[in-house]
Amino acid sequence: MASESIAISCRRLVKRYKDVTAVAGLDLEVRTGECFGLLGPNGAGKTTTVEILEGLLPHDEGDIEVLGLRWNGHEHALRERLGVALQETRLADRLTVAEVIRLFRSFYRTGRTVEEVLDVVELGEKRDAWVEKLSGGQRQRLAIACALVGAPDLLFLDEPTTGLDPQSRRQLWEIVASFKRGGGTVVLTTHYMEEAERLCDRVAVMDHGKVIALGSPRELIASLGADHVVEFSLGHGAEPLPEAALAALPGVKAARRDGPRFSLTVTEAHRAVPALMLELERRGVEMTELVTHHATLEDLFLSLTGRHLRDE
Amino acid sequence: MGSHHPLWQLTLARFREQLRQPEVLFWVFAFPLLLAVALGLAFRNRPPEVIRVGVESAPGADSLAALLAHARGFRATVLPPAAAAEALRKSRVSIVVVPGATLLYRYDSTRSDSRMARLATDDALQRGLGRRDARPVAEQKVMEKGSRYIDFLIPGLLGLNLMGTGMWGMGYAVVDARKKKLMKRLLASPMRRSHYLLSFVAARLTMLGPEVVLLIGFGMLVFGVPMRGSVVDFLIVTVIGAMCFGGIGLLTASRVRTNEAANGLMNLIMMPMWILSGVFFSSANFPAAMQPFIKVLPLTALNDALRGVMLDGASLAAVAGPAALCAAWGLVSFAVALRIFRWL
Repeated sequence: MASESIAISCRRLVKRYKDVTAVAGLDLEVRTGECFGLLGPNGAGKTTTVEILEGLLPHDEGDIEVLGLRWNGHEHALRERLGVALQETRLADRLTVAEVIRLFRSFYRTGRTVEEVLDVVELGEKRDAWVEKLSGGQRQRLAIACALVGAPDLLFLDEPTTGLDPQSRRQLWEIVASFKRGGGTVVLTTHYMEEAERLCDRVAVMDHGKVIALGSPRELIASLGADHVVEFSLGHGAEPLPEAALAALPGVKAARRDGPRFSLTVTEAHRAVPALMLELERRGVEMTELVTHHATLEDLFLSLTGRHLRDE
Repeated sequence: MGSHHPLWQLTLARFREQLRQPEVLFWVFAFPLLLAVALGLAFRNRPPEVIRVGVESAPGADSLAALLAHARGFRATVLPPAAAAEALRKSRVSIVVVPGATLLYRYDSTRSDSRMARLATDDALQRGLGRRDARPVAEQKVMEKGSRYIDFLIPGLLGLNLMGTGMWGMGYAVVDARKKKLMKRLLASPMRRSHYLLSFVAARLTMLGPEVVLLIGFGMLVFGVPMRGSVVDFLIVTVIGAMCFGGIGLLTASRVRTNEAANGLMNLIMMPMWILSGVFFSSANFPAAMQPFIKVLPLTALNDALRGVMLDGASLAAVAGPAALCAAWGLVSFAVALRIFRWL
């Protein structure tokens, strides 16, 4: 059996559909015990990639090894050791929470008890409630419960907190964190940069079926070369400023314009902002809005592709 | 097999899903009963109706009318010609008699009531006018159970129900699971595909018992429908029918992705059999050219077998033909479905 320090090894993965190449040559390595994130906008190929790794989708080219095994010929052995939560699954509406978990538990040779798992996801008081009566957050926790009930070594979560309120999101993050503390490996896809930053040890940023950046969240943000972002808007009908002029200001690493909004990546906000105000005054232009924030993976994505992670 | 066995859990889940949906309970159990009651009442056996005769007003009309009144079972009215013609056209009378040296009968030979009126009226009038029988005649009226409409209907409704629950219960449920990505989620686990399909079969067979007992029991207790053949043979035929339509349902659902497409396809398959397969009226009513096609339909075969055992007292061997046809439909459907089944 291959080295157990690598949970997933994926080389030159390609998946084509009739009119589009969903995954265009992807290389990935997930280490045992880490939480690995696939971050990208909708349509980047994250779900396709993850479903291929989960053995639910055939691939056209490439080499995949999960837990040291290939899917071909080891499917049953692998499924006993994986836990999967798909994007948008609707489980049977009129079974109770406990009944659903017990059903999934019956598929595994070894695993945890229904009660243990209910505790971990904090659905104990809902054990006899019908699935259709659960809130969005509760349903997601149920989905994770079903993924955890087989005591997996490797957990796949596809967009686990999409559409959830902040509190539910945090609850889910805690469940993932506790699974990791128990020694499990997690592969997570998301388009929320905050989720990637908080949960993941390493993140692969994806766009159009390719990995465009890979590293820990800190490394990735540092690659921007600056740790703050200054955003401002000009008044209606103001003359547009050339990006080059802004980029030349002291402390500014890069400048981007998106309609009436300008976004500057800066290394030293305390020098860049006054310089910016001076420049605008010199040109006789007024600002209508000014915000600054720490650089995020969203900013990284923006700088790499010119687009946002979430199409707001 | 402990309570932790996946096949048991899957079957249990199937079971619970079905029983916790009131609509399912209605369509499977209540609907056939309601239908049986409504149709049984509407088409109940009634004493023979009085024959209504119109006699055109002309010399001799009154004596003819009197003759008919004297004979039993007639209501004769003397009418002017135009009124008589209208009454015949509107079915207020079944025949018009025109008095004369030669009696003229005016009637519609395509209407069964008119044809019978002609025979009965002629018989009554001829006797009244002096005809004698060549041979004395005695009568013995017989009304056997098993030949009423309700007797014909109950096994037909059972066949219809088996088709419906088989198609919807197995077919539609599979499409729904596929659409909700529930199937994908299940396949991501170590669950075996054979267990998944078998759970549908197991759940179907378990529901079959109450389904059959309720409808047939109802028919027997409330309407006195007979069960002439062996109950065991009858149950075997119902199992064959349930599995047949389970297989056809599975085949129909094997590649369909949306609930709407499933609906459409299932209705397309079931509608012709609702009408042609002898559920509500005998399939022999259809023209001879259609009979070969009708006989080969699975529901026709099932109904023939059910009626054979229930009403004619036939043994399983005697209805082996239609039963085997039904079974063949099921086996072939299952086999093809498994080949082309779209799992993900």
